[in-house]
Amino acid sequence: MRIISENQIIETVAELVQEANINLPEDVKQALVKALEEETNPVGKEILRQLVENYKLAEQTQLPLCQDTGLAIFFVELGQDVFIEGDLVEAINQGVRLGYEAGFLRKSVCDPFTRINTGDNTPAFIHLDLVKGDKLKIKFMAKGGGSENMSRATMLTPAQGWKGIKEFVLKRIAEAGPNPCPPIIVGIGIGGTFDYAPILAKKALFRPLTLEHWDSELAAKEKELLTAINELGIGPMGLGGKITCLGVKIEKSPCHIASLPLAVNIQCHSSRRKEVEI
Amino acid sequence: MSEYKLQTPLTEKDVLQLRAGDKVLLSGLVYTARDAAHKRMLEALAKGGELPFPVKGSVIYYVGPTPAPLGRPIGSAGPTTSYRMDTYAPTLYKLGLKATIGKGKRSPEVIEALKTYKGVYFGATGGAGALLSQCVKQAKIIAYEDLGPEAVRVLHVQDFPLLVINDAFGGELYAKPQLIL
Repeated sequence: MRIISENQIIETVAELVQEANINLPEDVKQALVKALEEETNPVGKEILRQLVENYKLAEQTQLPLCQDTGLAIFFVELGQDVFIEGDLVEAINQGVRLGYEAGFLRKSVCDPFTRINTGDNTPAFIHLDLVKGDKLKIKFMAKGGGSENMSRATMLTPAQGWKGIKEFVLKRIAEAGPNPCPPIIVGIGIGGTFDYAPILAKKALFRPLTLEHWDSELAAKEKELLTAINELGIGPMGLGGKITCLGVKIEKSPCHIASLPLAVNIQCHSSRRKEVEI
Repeated sequence: MSEYKLQTPLTEKDVLQLRAGDKVLLSGLVYTARDAAHKRMLEALAKGGELPFPVKGSVIYYVGPTPAPLGRPIGSAGPTTSYRMDTYAPTLYKLGLKATIGKGKRSPEVIEALKTYKGVYFGATGGAGALLSQCVKQAKIIAYEDLGPEAVRVLHVQDFPLLVINDAFGGELYAKPQLIL
C-alpha cells in the first residue's frame, strides 16, 4: 500500500495542464517539421512554416500554443495498491482550476443551455481505470472544440466491415475539410458499445505518432487509412496539398455479435498531451 | 495571386480588388466576437438596439483569446471555426461589415452575402495563436465583459497575415476533397 496525498495530485495536475498547453510533444514537432519538408503546395508549406514557428515561439514566450486551451481530458490509471488520501476527482479538478488560472489559459467550459462559463475550466473529463501496482498515472489532453466538433460516431452493421469503416472515416474527414485545423491526427475506436467506441477513439489519440499499433494487422490498417486520407488532398488548413493527416491511431474492443460500433475522434495538429506518473 | 497591405476600416474598393488566394497584411482596428457575442449582438439589433462598434467598413475577428499575461496586450489569439457564426454573418454584412476573419468553410448563405453586400472572408492560420498574437499591439474589452473569453474586444493589429478564402465574386480558395469510394 502506497499513500498519495490530494495535494500531490493537485500540484502535479496544475503543472501538467500548463506544460501541455505550451510545449508540443516531441513526436508532433517532428511530424510538423517532416510535413514542412514534404509538402509541395507553396500555400500549404507556408502554413506549416507558421506552425513550426508557432511552437518555437510558444516555448520562448510561454504563451499557449493555441487560444483554445481546451476541455481538460484525463485518462487516469490508478494502481490498486494506492491509497488516495482525500478525493481523487476533486484533486484533479482543483489542479485544473489552479493550473488554468496560473498559466493564463482560457476557460472554455459552459452550461449547454445557458452557455454561462463555469469560469475555471472545470469540470475536467476524467476516465478512470483501475490497474495493478502502486503507481498513479495521469494522462492529460487539452482538447479543442474545433476538432472535437468534427468528430463522429456511428453503429455500422457487421456486414459493412472494414470497407464500411474506411468509407465512414474518409467521408467524415472529407466533409470536415478545413474546419478541424489540418494536418489532423485521427483517433479511431472500433467495437465495444455505443458509448465505449468514442472513448477508445480518444484514448487512441494519446499514442505517440512514432508508435505503431503493437498488433501488426491494425498497424497495417492505420497505414492504409493514413495514405487514403492524404490522398484526399485537403492539405494544411484545407488549402490543398499532400499533408492532410499526421497519423491514424486505432484501438479496438470486442463487441456484440449484432454490432460494429465506430467512432472517429479528430485531433488538430496542435495535439497537446502529456502524462506523469506519481 | 497578389499581395496587399490593407488598413481598416475597409472600403468597397479595398474589397473588390481582392480575389480568393490573395495574401493580405491587415493593419488597424478589428473587433473580436464569437458565438455568445454574436447571439447578443443580433438580439440587440432585433430589439432596435445598436452594435457595440461602428459596423460600416469594419472587420470582425472570430477569436476568443487566452488571458493576457503581464506585460502583453493579449494572450494566444488564433482564429476559431467560422461556420458557427454563419447564421449571424449575412445580417452584419448587410449592415456594412466588410470582412470576417476565421478558419474553415462558410455556408452558401454567407458566400451569397459576400457577393450581394461586397464583403470578403479571410482565413488566418488555426492553431498558430502564439504567433498571431505578436501582430496584436493593443487590446481592450468594449462590450459584454461578463462573457469572459467571448467578450467583444477592439484589437489594434499590425500586418496581420491573412489569406482571402472567399471573395466578393463567389471565388473560394479551399481545396475540394478528392473522395473516391
